[in-house]
Amino acid sequence: MDAIFLIEQLLNGLGYGLMLFLLAAGLTLVFGIMDTMNLAHGSLYMVGAYIAAQVHERSGSFVGAVFMAMAATVVIAFVLEMLVVRRIYSRGHLAQVIATFGIILIADDLVKAIWGPAPMLASTPAALAGPVQLLAELPYPAYRLAMLAVGLLVALGLYLLVNHTRIGMLVRAGASNRAMAECMGVRVDGVFSFIFALGAALAALAGAMMGPISAVQIGMGEAILIPALVVIVIGGIGSIRGAFVAALLVGLVDTAGRAFLPPALRAVLPPALAADLGPALAGIAMYVLMAAVLILKPAGLFPARA
Amino acid sequence: MLIRIFPWTLLLVLALFPLVAPLFDFTYYVGFVRHLLIVMIAATSLNFILGYGGMAALGHAGFIGVGAYTVVALVDAGFTSAWGAWATALIVSAAFAAAIGAVSLRTQGVYFLMLTLAFSQMLYYLAVSLRTYGGDDGYGLHTPLTLGLGLGDAQGRILYWLVLAIAALLFAFLNRVAVSRFGYALRGVRENETRMAALGYPVYWIKFTAFTVAGAVAGLAGALLACHNRFVSPSLMHWTESATLLVIVVIGGLGRRWGAPLGAAVWLTLAEVLKLYTDYWRWPLGLLLILIVFFAPKGMAALLDNRGKSP
Amino acid sequence: MSLFIAEGLFKHFGGLIAVDRVSLTVEPGEIHALIGPNGAGKTTLVNVISGLLPLDAGRIILDGVDLTALPPHQRVRHGLSRSFQITRVFNNDSVLDNLLLAVQAQTGSSFRIFGRRADKSGLRERAIELAQQVGLGEALDRIARALPHGAQRQLDVALALAAQPKLLLLDEPLAGMGPEDVAEMVALIQRLCAETAILLIEHDMDAVFQLADRISVLDYGRVLTSGDVAYIRDHPEVQAVYLGTEAAR
Repeated sequence: MDAIFLIEQLLNGLGYGLMLFLLAAGLTLVFGIMDTMNLAHGSLYMVGAYIAAQVHERSGSFVGAVFMAMAATVVIAFVLEMLVVRRIYSRGHLAQVIATFGIILIADDLVKAIWGPAPMLASTPAALAGPVQLLAELPYPAYRLAMLAVGLLVALGLYLLVNHTRIGMLVRAGASNRAMAECMGVRVDGVFSFIFALGAALAALAGAMMGPISAVQIGMGEAILIPALVVIVIGGIGSIRGAFVAALLVGLVDTAGRAFLPPALRAVLPPALAADLGPALAGIAMYVLMAAVLILKPAGLFPARA
Repeated sequence: MLIRIFPWTLLLVLALFPLVAPLFDFTYYVGFVRHLLIVMIAATSLNFILGYGGMAALGHAGFIGVGAYTVVALVDAGFTSAWGAWATALIVSAAFAAAIGAVSLRTQGVYFLMLTLAFSQMLYYLAVSLRTYGGDDGYGLHTPLTLGLGLGDAQGRILYWLVLAIAALLFAFLNRVAVSRFGYALRGVRENETRMAALGYPVYWIKFTAFTVAGAVAGLAGALLACHNRFVSPSLMHWTESATLLVIVVIGGLGRRWGAPLGAAVWLTLAEVLKLYTDYWRWPLGLLLILIVFFAPKGMAALLDNRGKSP
Repeated sequence: MSLFIAEGLFKHFGGLIAVDRVSLTVEPGEIHALIGPNGAGKTTLVNVISGLLPLDAGRIILDGVDLTALPPHQRVRHGLSRSFQITRVFNNDSVLDNLLLAVQAQTGSSFRIFGRRADKSGLRERAIELAQQVGLGEALDRIARALPHGAQRQLDVALALAAQPKLLLLDEPLAGMGPEDVAEMVALIQRLCAETAILLIEHDMDAVFQLADRISVLDYGRVLTSGDVAYIRDHPEVQAVYLGTEAAR
């Protein structure tokens, strides 16, 4: 285990963390402002990945494919919000879990009907296919660097949007005290729709970006939804800043766990036991992190509500 | 009158089903009903904490997994008694539920939901990594467990009748608990924890007890499922399995006596029937969920139960 | 020795000190009223005394037993019961079921899972007795949610009474009531003091002057002064801090 490997894994962890942030940002806003638990957020991520892969394959333009995916997903989210989600804002979390689980089932079958049951191959854009020589002995895939850049740019954009625009002010007001925001005459419905669409766009962006380095397949939404939920709970529900910090933490802990725990265990434990324990511990690292955070800070790292 | 004889009639019909089924070439469905009964046990245990206790746990499948893997561990060690394996599964999953409940029950609402989810995910990854028991690929139980007492092996019709007996007993037991002193206290906690504490109830321990009992019963369901499938894999504990149990309880009717059995019967039967006709059997179920949330928020048992009884 | 002794109670939320070294006593059979403007820390005080909020410092002693380290439900067992400012009854249950649940807590274990909660065990008689005591004897089968506000407050008090407390904390029992309901509740509180000492938190000055044996004034989390009705009524500082702000409002 040398420094190069370490840096490479850290970068991978950051990249994964930033993609988690894209997902978690929408999830935490919908949760914080509308008090709505939306399990179908992962489905928007999946839809984004499929559309991007398809458009990229047809058109050859990755950037175009990403934007197409985001635009199409926003339209889908808009319809979804109007038909289903809007009617469950005021319901309990349990009803929201059930209804959005229903959306997952429908989305999975729709994707299967359109693209078939087999995983889809999403190719890396040709221009970013090669490695970039970060250091003399550290070649790093250009595509993963691009992911980092996109993630950071979006984070910056969200920061500016939330802290320096009028809609951002409404968003913050809504997250910290919804009743107060309504009293101040905020047209909450419009803010809700905007937030939901924004969340969908970010989820689609994450899906489109993750496509080439993971499998584009049915169930990918359900698989990444749980880490995203873990992120928003660690960060404090409703807090963008919290989601950012927690996403990077979870990304690093998860990646580091997978990269470093097995070799570390092999050094101190009998090989058979280490081989069993390594992946298990790596898999549960983020959940342990969440449990620890919740025990110490029951409302997450950056509670949005005082 | 109808209400009084209905449970016994249902029990009789279910008991006779394996004898009648071959006449109509329905033998396959004996296995299906056996599976259904096991899911009912698990769903009834979730209804106990969710419906009566108001604890929205999204990790109940974790306890099913604990029960199932307890059977696997015993079989792997050469143990073959079904009774012993089931009892051990009950105890082991009670211990897991006690430990998980002790931590999770200090939180509320979404945080409780997420913590129970987190713990079941931990169990999931633990199972994936247990290569001794097949890891991701799962573990086949090649020979059935033995029952002794001249009953032979825990398989086929014998297993069916045992599962039916256990399901009926647990159903009666949990419904009895619901009208006991403990049951009333548990519903009080669901309605208003703060007031319950101010009335002198040890709220935390009431929830803890209910959670542990429910975890133990789910573990038993897992042990039975292991014998039913003769195969155990981590996918038993996937979070969507926990979500499905939640769905079954909610569509059936939260906190209603027949809610969990009804939910399980409708959900599994619909899935089974839809699978006969199409590869795309998930979306109608999804649509059903949305419609139920919109139009029957108290579940199907409430639709049938016009007296609006919600103890 | 006093029936109830609170000594140096201290509670802060971050930088905000809500209860600042409050000491007070309640004698047997006494109604000790606690008044103070909004935000004076009255409800926080009730919450730390009843144990729903943890204390940062101080001691709570009831009838010679130190309750400081006990969770809320054990304080109830030792005779410290409370009502709530915002009514907390079991909305979906009937008055009788509400009271049955309250009485059940006082009679034997609630961890018995076998056997129905028998009606013959005396629970029912005790519940009906409580209902009659607070004037709800005719409303046993009404669903709590559907009761008028005044009756809900009466039910709230009845729930607290079920514990047969030595000290009853009443947290603004008159809040939001019309004049008729107020008269009824005042009469009820007067009857109750035959059974239990009362620490009464209340805004309604007329009612307080009518009911209290002793009054303490709370402001910014501190006990400003303490004395009998005449003393408090004429206390210049009290008039400035509390009555003054009340009049100005």
